[in-house]
Amino acid sequence: MRADVAIVGGGIVGASIARELSRYELSVILVEKEADMAFGGSTKANTGIIHAGYDDAPGTLKGRLCVRGNALWPRLAAELEVPFERVGSLVVALGGEEVRALAELKKRGEANGVPCLNVIEDRGRLLDIEPNLNKEAVAALYAPTAGIASPYEMAIAMAENAVKNGARIVLQTKVTKVVSKAGAVRGVQTDKGLIEAGCVINAAGLFSDEVSATAGVGHFKIAPKKGEYFVFDKALSGLVRHVLFPVPAQLSKGIVVTRTVDGNLLVGPNANSVDDKRDSATTSDGLEEVFAGALKLVPKLSSQRGMIIASYAGLRAESNTDDFIVEAYEEPSGFVNVAGIKSPGLTAAPAIAEMVAVMLEEAGLELREKEGFNPHRRAIDRPVRRQSVAEAEQLIVRDPAWGHVVCRCEHVTEGEVVEAIQRGAATLDGVKYRTRAGMGRCQGGFCAPHVIRILSRELGVPVTEVTKRGGSSRILPYEVKTLLRRGENDSPRS
Amino acid sequence: MSAARSWGASYPSASTPGSGCNLTGPEYVSRFIRSAQNLGVECLLRTTVLKASLDKRILAVNGAEGILDLSAKAVVLAMGCRERTRGALGIPGTRPAGILTAGTAQRLMDVEGYMPGKRVVILGSGDVGLIMARRFAMEGARVLAVVEVMPYPGGLSRNVVQCLDDFGIPLLLEHTVTRIHGGDRLEGVTVAEVDKLRKPVAGTEKTVECDALILSVGLIPENELSRDMGVILDPETGGPIVDENMETSLEGVYACGNVVHVHDLVDHVTASGEIAGRSAARYALGEPPRLKRRLLVKPGANVRYVVPQVISGEAPVTLHLRAKRPERYVAVKVGGELSAFRRAVKPPELVTISLAKRVRGKEGTVRVSITKRSKR
Repeated sequence: MRADVAIVGGGIVGASIARELSRYELSVILVEKEADMAFGGSTKANTGIIHAGYDDAPGTLKGRLCVRGNALWPRLAAELEVPFERVGSLVVALGGEEVRALAELKKRGEANGVPCLNVIEDRGRLLDIEPNLNKEAVAALYAPTAGIASPYEMAIAMAENAVKNGARIVLQTKVTKVVSKAGAVRGVQTDKGLIEAGCVINAAGLFSDEVSATAGVGHFKIAPKKGEYFVFDKALSGLVRHVLFPVPAQLSKGIVVTRTVDGNLLVGPNANSVDDKRDSATTSDGLEEVFAGALKLVPKLSSQRGMIIASYAGLRAESNTDDFIVEAYEEPSGFVNVAGIKSPGLTAAPAIAEMVAVMLEEAGLELREKEGFNPHRRAIDRPVRRQSVAEAEQLIVRDPAWGHVVCRCEHVTEGEVVEAIQRGAATLDGVKYRTRAGMGRCQGGFCAPHVIRILSRELGVPVTEVTKRGGSSRILPYEVKTLLRRGENDSPRS
Repeated sequence: MSAARSWGASYPSASTPGSGCNLTGPEYVSRFIRSAQNLGVECLLRTTVLKASLDKRILAVNGAEGILDLSAKAVVLAMGCRERTRGALGIPGTRPAGILTAGTAQRLMDVEGYMPGKRVVILGSGDVGLIMARRFAMEGARVLAVVEVMPYPGGLSRNVVQCLDDFGIPLLLEHTVTRIHGGDRLEGVTVAEVDKLRKPVAGTEKTVECDALILSVGLIPENELSRDMGVILDPETGGPIVDENMETSLEGVYACGNVVHVHDLVDHVTASGEIAGRSAARYALGEPPRLKRRLLVKPGANVRYVVPQVISGEAPVTLHLRAKRPERYVAVKVGGELSAFRRAVKPPELVTISLAKRVRGKEGTVRVSITKRSKR
C-alpha cells in the first residue's frame, strides 16, 4: 500500500487528523492495531468533557490547543451529527483557601483566552443553578463554554467522514516500525506488510513512545495514569446540570461529577500510575476513592450506590514532558509526533489536527483543498429515541427492522444495529459504541443474544466467531453438545 | 404486548413450576397465550412499549405496524424483572469476554445453542444460577464453584440438592469474587472469604482459573415504565404497591408477576396474573373493584416485605411474605393473631399465608411478623 500520509493510531487524535487531512488532495491511510476505531484505550474510557481551557498554564501547548479545540467543537459536532452539549462547568470551592485557587484559575483561563469566566461567590445562587451541590460549597468558577460529548462517537464519526472524503482505514494492523532512509521517512512496517508514505504521523497514544523510538526519536516516555469511573442509571440524569469539578490537585483535575450526553451520570476519574499499558482493570480501592470523591461534590449520591450500572478504567497517555508533544523533525523528515495527549486531548483533538496540517505544509507537503470535500456525516437514525413518530413510521415502512427494539434499556432497534454493522462495526463493542445497545441498565443482558445473532447474520460468520472486541475475545466459543462429543479437553471449535 | 421474539422466552428452561407439571417455560407460557388467543385476545410479539401515561395511553412500536398509539380502559403491567449485573456489584478487574448473567447464559444455551465457556465459576446461588450450574455440568463443562456471599444459599433448597449436590459442585458460602482477570477472554477470578459485614477477608484470596463467570446475584423488577406512569413503588420489593386485586396506586392500572416482586415459583406468578387480569377486566367493564376498606399490610419482625401491601380484610386473600433471615419453627402472625406455623422460613423461599376470615386492623394497618415458636 502507498499513501502520502500514514497515520498511526485510530483514537480521537488519529481520527481528527485523518478527517482534517481528508479536506486536501492527499492520499491518507490510518492504521489501527485494534478491531475498531477508539478501541485502543484512552478514547473509549475518559470523562467525555470538552474543557473550557483554564486548567493549563498560559504558554503551554495544552492551554492553547484546548481553547482552540473548544471553539471548534460546536461546528464539528454539528457537521458530523455527534451529540455535544455546552452545559458549562463549575469548579467548586469547599473552603476559604480553595476560593483563592478559583481566582488563580480564572486568571489563567483569561490569559489563555477563555471567554465568559466568572466566579460565583453567592452560595444561594450556586445552589440555585446546581441544587444538589454540597451545601458547604462557598464559591465556584463558572465556565459556560465547557461541554460534554461522546468521545468514541466523535472518533467514529470523524473516521466515517474521512473515509467518505477518500481516506483509507486499515484495522487490526499493528505498526512495528517507522521506516526511514537517508534521513527521510519512507513509510511504516506493519504486521501485515509495508505501507509506503512520505509522511508518518504518530498518534499511537499509549504506545506513541514505542512507535517514536523506532523512528529514532526517543526523547520522551509515556507513563500511563489510570483513571477509574462509575456510570449511574439514567434515572439520576437530573441530579447535576453542569460538569462539576473539585479545585484541581497537582496531578489531575480531580474527581468529576457530570451528566453524559446520553443522560447517564458519570463520576471519576482518580489518577494512579501504572506500569502496564494494557492494565485497564478497576480496583476496589480505586473505585472507593472515586465514590468518596464524588460525594464531596454531591453528597446525595451516598444513597444512590444501587443505581450504579457500570464501572470502568481508562489510561491517560501521559508523557514525561508535562505538555502535549506535537513536533516535526529534521531527521527523519516527514515524521510527526502527536504524543502525550492526555486531558484535555478530547477537547484539543480538532485543534491538534489543524496544527498537524500546518506542520505538514511547512515540511513541504502541498495542501490543495479538495473540490468535493463533504464536511457532513449523517448519524445513524434513532427512530424510537430521537425522531418524530412520522419519521419513525417512514423508516419502519421501508424496513420493519427499524421497529424491532433489540435493546430495551436504550430502545435501540435492529435497524440501527444493522446499519452500525454496515458502517463498519464487526464486534459486540463496535455495535455498542455506535448504537448504545448494551450500555443501559441491564448492561447487555437482554440485547447481547440478539446483537450477536445479527452480527453473525450480517457478517456471515458463525456465532462462535463473534467477538466482544476482536482478537480472541469470542463471546460464545462453543456450540452446545460439542464438549460432550469431543471431550472436555479438546480445543475450542474454530 | 411483549418485546420478546417468542412467548415465554424469559424462562427458557424453567421446568420447575411448583405444581409438578413438566414443561419448559415457553411451553408453559404458550398454553396461556393459546387460550387467550382462542378467546379473541390480540397478542403481539416483538412489540416494545415506549411510553405509558397516567391516562392509560400507551405508545408502542413494532416492525409490522410501526408506532402504535393505544388508549385503554385498564392496563396490566407485567414487564417482569432484569438481572443484577457485574456493574451493579462493582466487582473490580478487567472487562474480558466470558462474563454473563445467569438468565442471559440460559437464553444463549437453551434457545440459541451456544456456550460461553467450559470452566465455569458461578457467583450467587439464586435459582437461575443453580439451574445453570447443573446445565453447564450436563453439557460437559467443569463447574468449579458456586460462590455465595451469604451464609445460606440464595435459591430453593431442592435446587441446591438437585443442581449442586447431585453433580458434586462445591457451594462456597460466605465467599465472593473480588477480582476479574483476563485480557480479551476471561482467564480467572479471585475468590475470597467474607466476614460478618460481607467484606472480603484479607489473606483468604484464591485465584480460580476459569473462562466463564456466570452471575446470579439478584433480580430487579423492571419498573421504569411504571415509574414514568406515576405508579408508586415499594422500596423493599422494587415493584408497585398493589392491593389484593393487584391494583396499583393508579386506578385501573394493575400489576402482576415479577414486576411486582421477584417470585420463586411460577405458580404464584400465574395466580397473580389471574387476579390482575380478572380485576382489569372488571374495571374495564365498569365495575368499580377498587377496595372500599383499605388496610395497609406492613412488615413486622423478621419480615422484609409483604405483598399485597393493601387488603380489604373482608375477603379471603393470600399474602406473600419474604423473611429477612432464616429461622426454624416459627409462627406467622397477622395483626397480632396467629395465622400459621411453619417448620422453617428462608429468605429465598416466599412464605404464603391464606387468610380466610376477616382481619381486624388497628388504625388502618395490619402488621405481619415471623417469630420463633416457643418449644413445647
